[in-house]
Formats: sequence, structure tokens, C-alpha cells
Amino acid sequence: MKIRPLRLLLYLLLIGFAAYYLMPVYVLVATSLKSFAEVNLYRMWDPPRTFSLESFRRALFGGMGYQGLASNILNSVIMVIPATVISAALGSLNGYIFARWQFRGANTIFTLALFGMFIPYQSVLIPLVQTLRAIGLYGTIPGLILTHVIYGIPITTLIFRNYYATVPKELVEAARIDGAGLLGVYRRIMLPLSLPGFAVVLIWQFTSIWNDFLFAVTVAQNPAVQPATVALNNLAGSFIVEWNVQMAGALLAALPTLLVYVFLGRYFMRGLLAGSLKG
Amino acid sequence: MGMGPAFGPGPFLVMRLKLKRDALLSIAIVFPSALAILIFVYGFIGFTAYVSFSNWNRLVPDYTFVGHANYLRLFQNPRFLITLRNLGVFTGLFVGGSLILGFLLAVLLDRRIKAEGLFRTIYLYPLALSFIVTGVVWRWLLNPGSPQMGSTGINRLLEAMGLGFLKTGWYTDPRIGIIAVAIAAIWQMSGYVMAMYLAGLRGIPEELREAARVDGATELQIYRFVVLPMLRPITFGALIVLGHISLKIYDLVVAMTGPGPGYSCDVPAYFMWELTFRANRFAQGAGIAVILLAIVSLLIVPYLRYSLRREVEA
Repeated sequence: MKIRPLRLLLYLLLIGFAAYYLMPVYVLVATSLKSFAEVNLYRMWDPPRTFSLESFRRALFGGMGYQGLASNILNSVIMVIPATVISAALGSLNGYIFARWQFRGANTIFTLALFGMFIPYQSVLIPLVQTLRAIGLYGTIPGLILTHVIYGIPITTLIFRNYYATVPKELVEAARIDGAGLLGVYRRIMLPLSLPGFAVVLIWQFTSIWNDFLFAVTVAQNPAVQPATVALNNLAGSFIVEWNVQMAGALLAALPTLLVYVFLGRYFMRGLLAGSLKG
Repeated sequence: MGMGPAFGPGPFLVMRLKLKRDALLSIAIVFPSALAILIFVYGFIGFTAYVSFSNWNRLVPDYTFVGHANYLRLFQNPRFLITLRNLGVFTGLFVGGSLILGFLLAVLLDRRIKAEGLFRTIYLYPLALSFIVTGVVWRWLLNPGSPQMGSTGINRLLEAMGLGFLKTGWYTDPRIGIIAVAIAAIWQMSGYVMAMYLAGLRGIPEELREAARVDGATELQIYRFVVLPMLRPITFGALIVLGHISLKIYDLVVAMTGPGPGYSCDVPAYFMWELTFRANRFAQGAGIAVILLAIVSLLIVPYLRYSLRREVEA
């Protein structure tokens, strides 16, 4: 067989880049498996000689003078599930209307709503805090859920609208000739076809809400309601927390979205492409 | 719908009534969301702008109108000017770096690679992480160590590879602090650009490249004159997405560096949060928010108008 040096170079390049992308994960995993006695900044690239899960225990349940992330991960779960489900339901209904039932001004309203997807949220934080205070939701998980649902409306509506636009017109027409109205078409035609759309939106919202830091740190400053991102940032910023515990904490906080990515990557990709407005 | 009775409301009337009901229903469904966006996006932006012209620079609200005094103070504040400069440097490096690296990866992967799916998964997974996790890890990777105790992180790796001359202080060096943040951000987002370009490359018919080859074009010329022009919409889309992420960058700075030595890692979004929620200078914080929004709008509004127009034409 002919040796093809160019081909070899190509694979070497690809593997080199793979090493670059995996390098942080290596440090995360290797360090979090090390015992405290073994953790040494100057030997951070050495693989662990012992196998210790102590750092994960501390990252979850706390150690000398610091709290673990267990309750914060639970907070994230309590926040992300309702926020994601409500977002998807709203997005589906809105997307259906914008895709199929053009009323006058619908395009303008849709575009104005899309703008909300791109704004720097700094420009709404001050009144958001005041409003949540006024309705008694500041510093609570329901307050965060409300925030994520509202600011999720543009992207979820966009993804569903683009998805429903691909449903053949003939299907909709046929249902309407059979006497189905707006809700009938939704229930009988759109909803049964919606599973992939829901997968994309649920995954997208799950990932962005789980990973959010700005809303969380602004709305939920009280340690009892802090989501995992905020607690991880505090844990990692604390000088008394051992380095292996910080890495274990980062790994734990990243795990849910990483698992979603690994197992449902296909839908993750579609959400990504939709996020860039590609219809 | 069956044949209507010969007298009474005919089928067309029934259908028109239904259409009218459906039109009302469709507005009723969209209304709550539209109202929420109206209040939480446009109303809140309006209120933030209002605060930025007020005297609210301590804990208790004070809505006395002070004109553009807060903006004046911001632009006289050296820290704010540094954050603006950093934002420019960061955006240039991050957007440019992610586009170039992402395109390169896509081109490499588009050459009928074995285990393409595996490579793709590896290049893209950082996107599933939060900027907080990325920041926490990269803070240690770019921790330079010290001359007395020896190098750590990437510096140590560079030494081991015989590239010791590339060692720098990363985010501890006031001259290049923001570059260190950009390196971590490129690591996180370049896979996204790769995925977009790869989808684009797959959409270019092989016959086109083949035709160019027949005409005697070299592979490089094919990329320059056939592939790149066809990928322009993707470059444009990636530019918008990366651009608005870049201008809003906040969490990564919080988790990785904080403002850094001499504010060398500081960005407007970070300064805004500190001013508003730590120093209680709400009006000045609102001013930064308005300036950020204006910068992002310069990028987004033309894009949205372009998208809307294209759809109306379609």
C-alpha cells in the first residue's frame, strides 16, 4: 500500500487538536481523583497515583469551613425542570401561531421579540430585581424560573416556528377542510409531529438555564437558593477549598449538560444551528 | 366539512366565522408572551435608560434627573475606558480566533476522515459547559507559577515540549491579561464555528469543486474562489452569534480572573455588575448597560432587519 504522508499529517493534526480540546478535561479528572496529599500545582500534569473519591465527597457535602455543592445542584434541578418545560410549551404554541396563522403585524412582533434574544441582560437587571422584589419573588427559585421562562420566549418561539414551517402545507389544509380549527390543527397535526422540535428546545433550554450565571448571581444571592454555577464560583474562588475539591466540584456541576451533550448530541446540534437564526 | 344546508348559514359563512374566531384565538395565544416581552425587554430597557439619567448612585433610589452626568462620569473613569479597550481586543481575538480555528477544523474534518463523529464530538463538547466551569479550569491552566517555585499549567507544558520561550504571565501580566481570557473563550466556542462551517461545506455540491478542478484550479484556489464565497452566509451568522456573546462576556471573567492586575482582564459587563450591585451606583451601572446595549444593537438590528426582509421576499 502506498504511504500517504499528507493523510498521516492530517490525522496528526486532528489528534493534536483533539488533545488541545481534551486537555482541560484531563486536568479536571486527574486532579479530582488525586488525594489531597498528592495534589501539587507543579505536578498537575502527572496522572493520579492513588485513586481517591474523597474530593467528590467534599465537593458535594463540604469540608473544613466550606459548604458542598449538593444542595445547590438540587436547587439547579428544581429550577431547570419547570423552567425548561414551561419554556417549551410556550415556545410550541407561539411558534405554531407565527408559523401558520399570520395575523397582521405578526412578522413585526416576531422580529421585535427576537431582539430580546440578543440583548445584554445587564440592560434589564435593575428593573428585574425591583420587579421581582415587588412581587415577592426576589431571592427565590420561582423568581429565577419566571426570569428564565420570559427571556427564553424568543429562542423557543424561533426554534418551534422554524420547525413547524417545515410541516407540509397539504397536511394543514387537509385538516382544515375536515373542519379542524386553529387548536384542532395544533392538536391533530402539529403536536404529534413535534417530538424532535421539543427535543431540540428542551435540550437547548436545559443547557442554557443550567449554565446561566448572570441571572442566578443577581436574583439568587442567598446561599440557600443558589444554583450550582454560583456556588461553584464561590467554591472555586475560596482560598480554603483544596484544589482537587474545586476540580471535582467543576466536574459535578458540568456533568448534567455534558451527559445531555454526549447522549443527545444530535438534537443539541440542531438547537445550535437554530440559535443562529438559520431557518 | 359536509355540504351545508341550502338555506341558513352556508359553508362559506361558517368557515369565515371560524377563521375570525381562529384569528382572535391566535392573538390570544401570543398575547401573554408578547406582553411579557414588551414589559421585560422593552419596558425594562426603557427603565434602565431612565435610571441612567437619574441621580440613583446610592442604595436608596433617587430618580432626580441629572442629564448625561453619569455618562460623563463614566467616560472620565479610567477603569471604564480600560474595559472598553479590553472589550475591543477581546472581541477581535475571540471572534477572529474562533472563526479561523473553526474553519480550519471544518476543512480538516471534511476530508473523509475515519471516526469523524468522534473528532466532532471532542471539538464541540466545551460548548455544553458553562463559562463558569471553563473559567475555573482555565484559571489553573493559565496559572503561570513563579520563577522561584517553577512553572505550572500551560507554561509547564510548554517547557516540557521545549517551547519554554513561549511562557508568559498570562492573566497575571497586565499587558496581556485579556488575551488569556480570549484563549479560554476560543477554546469554548471554536467547536461551534466548526459545526456551522462543516454543515455549510457539506451543502456545497461536489460537482462544483470537480468542475473547478477540471478547469485546472488548485485546491487552495478552490477554497478561495468557490468554497469561501459560498460559505459567506455562514460566516455572517457565526459573526453575529460570536459577536453578541463576546460583547456580553461576563461569567468567564468572573470565574477565571476577576478584573485582573490594573483592570487588564476587566470588561464592561463585569464593571457594570460591580458598580450596580456592589457599589450601589445604580445610575452609572445603568449607563454602562445602555452603552453595552447600544453596541450590541449596532450588530443585531441590521441583522434582524436583513433577516426579516429576506423572509418577506421569500
